[in-house]
Amino acid sequence: MEKGWREITAGALIFEPGSSVAYETGTWRAVYPVIDMAKCNYCLDCWIYCPDGSIMVENSRIMGIDLKHCKGCGICARECPQQAITMVEECKE
Amino acid sequence: MATRYVVGKAMALEGDVVVAEAMRQINPDVVAAYPITPQTEIVQTFSGFVADGLVDTEFIAVESEHAAMSACIGASAAGARAMTATCGAGLALMWEMLWCASGMRLPIVMAVVNRSLSAPLNILTDQTDMMGCRDAGWVQLYGENHQEVYDNAVQVLRIAEHPDVMLPVMHGLAGFVLGHTVGRVEILPDEAVREFVGEYKPAYPLLDLDHPVTIGAFDHWDYFFEHKRQQWQGMENALRVISEIGEEYGKLTGRRYGLVEPYLLDDAEVAIVIIGSGAGAVRVAVDEMRHAGVKAGMLKIRSFRPFPGAAVAEALRGREAVAVLERSSCFGGEGSPVFVEVCTALSRRGISPKLVNYIYGLGGRDTVPAEFCQVYRDLLQIAASGDAEPVFRYLGLRE
Repeated sequence: MEKGWREITAGALIFEPGSSVAYETGTWRAVYPVIDMAKCNYCLDCWIYCPDGSIMVENSRIMGIDLKHCKGCGICARECPQQAITMVEECKE
Repeated sequence: MATRYVVGKAMALEGDVVVAEAMRQINPDVVAAYPITPQTEIVQTFSGFVADGLVDTEFIAVESEHAAMSACIGASAAGARAMTATCGAGLALMWEMLWCASGMRLPIVMAVVNRSLSAPLNILTDQTDMMGCRDAGWVQLYGENHQEVYDNAVQVLRIAEHPDVMLPVMHGLAGFVLGHTVGRVEILPDEAVREFVGEYKPAYPLLDLDHPVTIGAFDHWDYFFEHKRQQWQGMENALRVISEIGEEYGKLTGRRYGLVEPYLLDDAEVAIVIIGSGAGAVRVAVDEMRHAGVKAGMLKIRSFRPFPGAAVAEALRGREAVAVLERSSCFGGEGSPVFVEVCTALSRRGISPKLVNYIYGLGGRDTVPAEFCQVYRDLLQIAASGDAEPVFRYLGLRE
């Protein structure tokens, strides 16, 4: 964040792949998804539909939500065939 | 030892064909364009060159000017030399993409056959189109006659691709007045142009798969401002580079180019500042006024972006009264785009001739030497009386 205009690439070129990981789109979120693992059948539709790759999966098992990048769009909750995902408002206990 | 210049072949060509000829000689990798009067002849002639196998260019016939500029941006980002041409409403439709080209620092070049903007519907020349995108981050040059149009067309790539500039460049020529009239022009040998223009070696082409790069990245409050600051620097550097390339071109051809061109200005008491083809008629007016004993002169501006403030101010230092002639519709300002620049350039350097602003020739209206002579007579009166009111005036308008 602190580099001056002479130290950065012209035209905002980026040479390292995967730099979008460094941009934490989770700060945009107003609601966040909560998965009821008792209802989940591991179809992974949420993982397929998530535009931000925020459904964390290991060995075909959902391990959690990457809240640093989840924008709270709610697509996962809408698409879940088991209706296992609920969107919960931020700032509410 | 006498200097020897490369000898061109004298030809009689329409201005649009002159541009197409230069494009043929340059042999760009990609041309993406859409026809629009009075630019159509450029695209039409060049697509003929493509069909006849005279160039290796990939010609993309697109569905709009927005698409033309988008395709040029993609091609240039891929590492190609990309060119297009447009005018008037076509340039207006490109507007969004003009900023993408300059912000991504892509050295695209484009001829703009200056045309008014409707409505009322008008296809004839004025400079409202290019003045409308003066802040889009493109270098803007203007040609006065067929030879300058050709010489600009050959030089613009070198300016755009210069590592200290890396900005797109548009060069204007008056629609119909230059574009569709036949003029004498010396066309350089193909080899001379190709040698002058040289081979383009893009620094970070998308197609270099061994060195992947992201182009057009997301850039918010954190670095956007700094990237814009770099564009200011590119523009400032362009002031130097335009002159250097113009000098180098002069050594090759005998025709030197700078940022401005004075005509009988050194001892002038009254002066006209003008851009583009209107300068031809002003030269005649200057000669007539000189014949009548009036110390009249002209300053023609070749580069409007970047604006050569220092050169303009130095050229106008010592004049008693100056008229800035503007061929564009520009409503609601203190003055027209060129007038405002000239005023600022003079004011910053403490030079204060009497200044007036004339709008002329909108929508293709002819402005003849007699009318410019009247401007000089107005200036003499202003110099004598010290009264420049009204500052904003119209030349050749029926009251």
